[in-house]
Amino acid sequence: MEFDLEFALETVGPLLMAFLQVTLVVTVAGSVVAALLGLIWAVCQRELPTPVRLPLSWVLDVIRMTPLPLQLLFAVAIFISFDGYRKFPDTDVETIGMILGVAVFAIHYSTYMAESYRAGIDSIRQGQWEAATALSLPRSRVWRAVIIPQALRATLPSLGNWAIAMFKDTPFLLVILVPEMVAKAKQLGGASYQYTEVFTVAGLIFLAASYPTAVLMRKLEKKLVY
Amino acid sequence: MSDFFQAISDYSPYLWEGARVTLALSGGGAVVALVVAVVLGLCAISPVAVLRVGSRVIVEFFRGTSLVVQLFFLFYVFPLFGIDLPGMWCGIVGLGLNYGAYGSEVVRGSLNAVAKVQWESTTALSMSWPLAVRRVIWPQAWGLMLPGLNNLMVMLVKGTAVALLIGLHDLTYWVEVMRKDPEVGLWIAYGAGFLFYYLIALACSSGLRLLERRAQRRLGLAPSKTRTTRATAEAVA
Repeated sequence: MEFDLEFALETVGPLLMAFLQVTLVVTVAGSVVAALLGLIWAVCQRELPTPVRLPLSWVLDVIRMTPLPLQLLFAVAIFISFDGYRKFPDTDVETIGMILGVAVFAIHYSTYMAESYRAGIDSIRQGQWEAATALSLPRSRVWRAVIIPQALRATLPSLGNWAIAMFKDTPFLLVILVPEMVAKAKQLGGASYQYTEVFTVAGLIFLAASYPTAVLMRKLEKKLVY
Repeated sequence: MSDFFQAISDYSPYLWEGARVTLALSGGGAVVALVVAVVLGLCAISPVAVLRVGSRVIVEFFRGTSLVVQLFFLFYVFPLFGIDLPGMWCGIVGLGLNYGAYGSEVVRGSLNAVAKVQWESTTALSMSWPLAVRRVIWPQAWGLMLPGLNNLMVMLVKGTAVALLIGLHDLTYWVEVMRKDPEVGLWIAYGAGFLFYYLIALACSSGLRLLERRAQRRLGLAPSKTRTTRATAEAVA
């Protein structure tokens, strides 16, 4: 069994295509939504009264501690049970899969990001809260102008790291048949049993995208987190 | 609620079968991951440059390429070279190597977090490197690394659901089968699925938490907060 370099190079194009069209889109959209949701969960966990807060924390724990593939299948099953495919006959199956994927990835990783935000918020000294009270700032302004900007500084590298983790989890989309890069690789390789080449290329693309980003996050961490 | 228990008891042989696969993957994966994490973590702080560079390259490789890609390598590519692992072993080795690489970052970080004077005192006592690590550094780092390893353990349990992609019939598979049974339906099937995974992850996490408390007590430390999100986020990125 030898490595067919020519075939490997041929697959780079289609795999990069799938990477840009699916993997990257899902990662970017998923991370942005997850970062927003995570912030909402973190603020809710501080602001809401205990009877609401505890169930929320429990739900977030369950989401955090159960597998992504199960959640992806769950999302598709809900979609089917509401007859979704018939309600949107014009949208193709892949697009629906991607939208569901973004939603699941966003919700799943928002529970991790909420923990990061919480750590960031906890790291802010009590004096900042007291100063905000002394200025009698309204509560929403305390968050927007005092707490969140400072917390974000300590949280940003963590959020970036979770986004990279999400990126590497995108092949889970295979279970709901979204044609992301690894699915494409499997399909290309399966035609002639040349799996070595396709998975090597797919792995290298992952490495090439995630390693520099991870290094950047480590640099950012050194700069922002004291 | 009675429907829920009825469905679970009807499907109990299958759920049990699925749970066994999930538990075997979690347990086996955790053992491999721990060994990999400790070996690579120790290499990363060893005085031998070759070991340090070697472990760095291995760790970055396994962290950088996705778990699914690594698993497919084991499952689809290795047989082409005559190494035909059964699906279960692919899962255990794949999960173990991937989470082991993440874990080694936690191990390395904890070993580095032990105070510098501890290292200096081992030099003053002219301890050899292995002796210093075994008797002085490791026992102190152990308590520090457990929270991070705990988070990774929960992620590993969740990671076992990749079994689905290499044709293993784990919990997720049987939940999906239950869902297709019109007598069970979506909510009961997935309610059971989420519950079982949650309980498995919770059991693992609580067990490790006990170990952590014990380690901290032996070091005379106050119990830490369990959330070490930043370290975990760094390790998995």
